[in-house]
Amino acid sequence: MASDPAPPAPLIAVRNLTRHYRMGPQTVHALDDVTVTIRRGEFVAVMGPSGSGKSTFMNLLGCLDLPDAGRYRLDGTEVAGLSSDALAAVRNRSIGFVFQSFNLLPRQSAIDNVMLPMVYAGVGHALRLEKALAALESVGLGARAGHRPTQLSGGQQQRVAIARALVNDPLLLLADEPTGALDTATSLEIIGLFQRLNRRGITVVLVTHEPEVARFASRVLQFRDGRLIDDQSRDPEIAA
Amino acid sequence: MTAWDALRAALDSLRANPLRSALTMLGIVIGVAAVIAMVAVGAGARDQVLRQIASLGTNLIMVGQGSIARGGVKLGAGTASSLTEDDALAVLAEIPGVVVTAPSVRWGLQIVAGNQNWGTVLFGITPDYMEARDWDVAMGRGLSDEDVAQANKVVVLGQTVVRNLFGGGDPIGEPVRVFSTPLTIVGVLAEKGQNTQGQDQDDVIFVPLSTAKRNIPGMAKSNPRFIHTMVVKMRDGSDMAEAQAQIRDLLRQRHRLIPGQDDDFWMRDLSEVSATRDASSRALSFLLAAVAAVSLLVGGIGIMNIMLVSVTERTREIGLRLAIGARRRDILVQFLIESTTLSLIGAAVGVALGIGTAMGVAALAGWPTLIRIDSVVLAVAVSGLVGVFFGLYPARRAAQLNPIEALRHE
Ligand SMILES: Nc1ncnc2c1ncn2[C@@H]1O[C@H](COP(=O)(O)OP(=O)(O)OP(=O)(O)O)[C@@H](O)[C@H]1O
Ligand SMILES: [Mg+2]
Repeated sequence: MASDPAPPAPLIAVRNLTRHYRMGPQTVHALDDVTVTIRRGEFVAVMGPSGSGKSTFMNLLGCLDLPDAGRYRLDGTEVAGLSSDALAAVRNRSIGFVFQSFNLLPRQSAIDNVMLPMVYAGVGHALRLEKALAALESVGLGARAGHRPTQLSGGQQQRVAIARALVNDPLLLLADEPTGALDTATSLEIIGLFQRLNRRGITVVLVTHEPEVARFASRVLQFRDGRLIDDQSRDPEIAA
Repeated sequence: MTAWDALRAALDSLRANPLRSALTMLGIVIGVAAVIAMVAVGAGARDQVLRQIASLGTNLIMVGQGSIARGGVKLGAGTASSLTEDDALAVLAEIPGVVVTAPSVRWGLQIVAGNQNWGTVLFGITPDYMEARDWDVAMGRGLSDEDVAQANKVVVLGQTVVRNLFGGGDPIGEPVRVFSTPLTIVGVLAEKGQNTQGQDQDDVIFVPLSTAKRNIPGMAKSNPRFIHTMVVKMRDGSDMAEAQAQIRDLLRQRHRLIPGQDDDFWMRDLSEVSATRDASSRALSFLLAAVAAVSLLVGGIGIMNIMLVSVTERTREIGLRLAIGARRRDILVQFLIESTTLSLIGAAVGVALGIGTAMGVAALAGWPTLIRIDSVVLAVAVSGLVGVFFGLYPARRAAQLNPIEALRHE
C-alpha cells in the first residue's frame, strides 16, 4: 500500500481559541472557540463586521496577547508555554507586523525605521544597513532611504512599515487593516505588494473590510461576534 | 539592544525637545556647579589657612606665665613672676630635641615718631625669638645678641607700624619714642600678613629683652629675670605631646609645685589651632553636602517628571517596539539610559559652569580657589546615580506597558 508522505506541520494551528474581556458584570466574548489551521504559503484575508474579533484574533496570532482558553501552535511550538522574553523573540524573528496607522517613528529616517527590528535581534551594524536597504528596495523605496515619514506619502509610509516587517525574514506577515488609511488606488498597490511577497513564499494574514482587497487572497475567514463563521478557499485574482 | 543603540535612541529623543531637555537639566546643572564652585572656594581658603599654619611652624610650643583654669584665666598660684629666663635656659639645656627657646615679654603701648603716634604691641625679645617665629628682616638689620647684652636703645618695626608712622618713607636710623625714651630704628620686619585668627601680625615692634625690662613700668621689680612667654622650637618630626609633657614636668619641678597643685604656667602647641580649623571646615563640608543634596534632589525630581511625560507621549512608540521584538528589559534600559544621559549632560555642563564660576571668583574677588578633582568626580557620579534612581520609576512604567493598549494609545 502506497502512503502519502506526511504533510508538513501547519504554520498556524489554532484550537478552540477563546479570549474574553470582563467589563463590570458583563463578559465580552471577543473571540469564542475559534479553530483554524493555516499552512505555509497561504494568503488569508480575515473579514467581518466591526467588533467581530478580527483584531483580537490577530493579536493572539502575533503573540502580543495570550488566550484565556484554547491552544495556539506557531510553527510547531505551543505559544502558551513561552516566557515573556521568548515571546519577544518570536515576535522579533518569526512575525512581521503591519498596522493600519503605519506606526513609524516620526523622527527617524525610513532606513532607521526599517533597521529597528534588527536592533532587537542583535544584528551587527554593517549587516543592518545592508539588509534594511535590501528590504526597502524590495518594496520599491530604495531611493527614499533617508526620508523621514513626514516626507513620504501614506502609501510610501506603509511600504516602509512593510519593509520593517520583512527585514528579519519572518515566516508570517500579519497586517491589521493595512489599507484602512489609504485610498483605493494606493490600497491596490499595497495589496499587490503583499501578493508578490506571498508568491515569494511568505505566509500572509491580513484583516480587511474591503471585498476588493480580499479578492486577492487565496482564502477568506469570516468572523462574527467572536466566532469563525465561514472559511473559503478560492483562486485569487492577480493584482496588476 | 546594545548600549550604543540605547544611547543613540536617548540622544535622539533628547534632541527632539531641546528646550525641554535643557530646562530639565537645569536643576542638576545648578547643583553640580554650586558644589564645584563652593568646594573650590572652600578648598582655596583652607589651603591658604594651612599654609599660614605651616608658616607659623607646627613644631613650636608656646609657654606662658599664669595658669589657665576652666572658666577663665587665673593668675599664677605662686609669685607673679613664675616664668623666668632661667626656665628658658633650663628647657633648652635639659629637654631633648629643643632647637631654641626664645623668652619674651610683651606690652601694649603708644609710640611716637615726629608728630605721628600709633598704638601697637611691643615684644622684648632675644634674636632666638626671630629665629623661632621665622621672622625675616626686610630692611636694615634684626636685633643682635649684643643689643640684648647691652640693652641698646634700638627697635625693629613691623610693616603696619612703619606704614602708619612713616607712610612710604625710609625709617631706618629715625628715632621713635617708646616709653618716653627715644629708640633708634635699625630694621623693618618682612610682612607676615594675618594669622589664622585674622589678627594683623605686622602690627608689632621688637626691642631687646633687656631694654624692654628696663623701661616697662613695674616689670622687673620683683624678679629681674621675669618673662611673659617663651617659644620653644623643637626639631622637625619631634613628638610634640611628649615634649610638652617633659617641659611641664621640668617647669613644675623648677617652680616647686607639689602634686595636686595647679600649674602656674600654660602651654600649647599650634597643632591645636589646626584642629579648630579642621572642625570649622567639617562644618563647611556638611553645609556643602546639604546644598548638594537638596539641589540634586530637586534636579532628580525634575528628571523623573519629564521622563513620566516622555513615557506617556511615547506610549505608541513603546507599543511598537514591544510588537517588533523588544523585551521589557530593553525598554527599561532604554529609558534608564535616557534619564541618565540627561543627568550626566547636566553634570558636564554643571562642571564647566562650576569651574568657570570658581575661576571668575578668583579673578574678580581675588579669593584663592582650588578646583578639587575629587569634587568633580563625586558630583558627576552622584548625578549619574540621580539619573538612574529617578529614571527607574518612569522606565519601569514604560517597560510594564501592555503592547496592545500602547499601540492603540492616541
Ligand atoms: N481591551 C479590551 N477590553 C474590553 N473589550 C475589548 C478589548 N479589546 C477588544 N474588546 C472587545 O472585543 C470585541 C472584539 O474587538 P476587536 O478589536 O477584535 O474587533 P475588530 O473585529 O477588530 O473590530 P474593528 O473592525 O472595528 O477593528 C469588541 O466587542 C471589543 O469591544
Ligand atoms: Mg480591529
